[in-house]
Amino acid sequence: MFSNFDFDVIRRSLGYLFLDGMTFTLTLTALSAVGGLVLGTLLALMRLSGFKLLGRIAGLYVDLMRSLPLVLVIFWFYFLVPYIGQWLTGASRPIKVGAFASSLITFIMFEAAYFSEIMRAGIQSISKGQPAAAYALGLTYRQTMSYVVLPQAFRNMLPVLLTQTIVLFQDTSLVYVLSIPDFLGAASKVAQRDGRLVEMYLFAAVVYFAISSIASYGVRRLQARISIVR
Amino acid sequence: MNYNWNWGIFWQPSPNGTGNYLDMLLSGLVLTIETALLAWIIALVIGTIVGVMRTLPSKTASAIGFCYVEFFRNIPLLVQLFLWFFVLPELLPRTAGLWLKQMPNAPFWTASIGVGLFMSVRVAEQLRAGIGSLPRGQKMAATALGLTTTQAYRYVLLPIAFRVILPPLTSEFLSTIKNTSVAITIGLIELTGQARAMQEFSFQVFEAFTAATVLYLLVNIVVVIGMRLLERQVAIPGYISGK
Repeated sequence: MFSNFDFDVIRRSLGYLFLDGMTFTLTLTALSAVGGLVLGTLLALMRLSGFKLLGRIAGLYVDLMRSLPLVLVIFWFYFLVPYIGQWLTGASRPIKVGAFASSLITFIMFEAAYFSEIMRAGIQSISKGQPAAAYALGLTYRQTMSYVVLPQAFRNMLPVLLTQTIVLFQDTSLVYVLSIPDFLGAASKVAQRDGRLVEMYLFAAVVYFAISSIASYGVRRLQARISIVR
Repeated sequence: MNYNWNWGIFWQPSPNGTGNYLDMLLSGLVLTIETALLAWIIALVIGTIVGVMRTLPSKTASAIGFCYVEFFRNIPLLVQLFLWFFVLPELLPRTAGLWLKQMPNAPFWTASIGVGLFMSVRVAEQLRAGIGSLPRGQKMAATALGLTTTQAYRYVLLPIAFRVILPPLTSEFLSTIKNTSVAITIGLIELTGQARAMQEFSFQVFEAFTAATVLYLLVNIVVVIGMRLLERQVAIPGYISGK
């Protein structure tokens, strides 16, 4: 079965696969996770705030993002971002946005919806006595959130947030539809150039499997440690 | 925004010769639904088996279930589809591989099975959590009545567990529908694919994607309403969700 395999094609393309492809994938994952977390926290706070209208807007945004397939959202932003850029900068024609910026914006906007739901659950899991005590001490809403509620919520939600980040890492492979050379895109380009689909796709699967398994093992251990403390 | 909006585009004939652009999108919607339904059946059947295996007292059964879940959860869906579509036919014996490659509607079958297997892991994990959340007394009572393990699952544990996990299963079903769009990469022209094709033919990007978005939202609403009715039908008296 493996007799006519050419494993050398993997060795020859390792530099391209990891220095270009995997670097793109990991940078995109890390920056999207941070951006999504910030935007997601804002969305969660909007939904939980006393202002009905803010909550309604955030809710609509989250529901919209969560009912659309990621592939469609990637296409949306790919075509929409140049126009938004034109509108923001007042340029005369749609501005050119690089592949990286376009996919980064997409993933931040998309993941923010998922992160915000995790954050909302995390904030709601904090007992009412905590903010009540903070207010009793004379803290403002801002101080209560940033010193009392959010630190605990983040801690409770850390395993779920990390699991979602692993999902995000896997989902970045979908930028394939824009023919961007992320890790899978790079593997696919080599595969098609050299006619070595089997070797390259198997290798890509093994790499994704290894990274995701190790990461989720780490999350499980972290979860066990956190749950002992609580 | 200097973009030429043209909402009338949907009633213009599409270049593939079968009706207008709206027909094109609707045929994509039908394909999305067909793929998602077949995938969901596969996900439910295999997910149930794996989920049950993970809760059985047998160490071997739960280890097999664990490996299955780890395998399908740690590889991106897109890579899995590539494995089934491009790699599998090459690894099989020649005749079987050839048969797979020449199968009519190969993207449809590959996508349904691929997405189905991918989602079966999610179903399995939900079901495992559902069975795990049942009071221990349920299984003890079943055993005390003289039921075998199979009968205990068949008549006691599964009927309750499935009703308990119906809400999360709704979101998994919605994910299944959304995930079919990944099959655009192996040439399945479902709803997202048709929107993309319409954009390429007509250059009306935002109308095409808006229409696809609206159709996805409608499907979501229909599924959520349908599942809510089902939930009400099968609610267990005495539970918070029940009467």
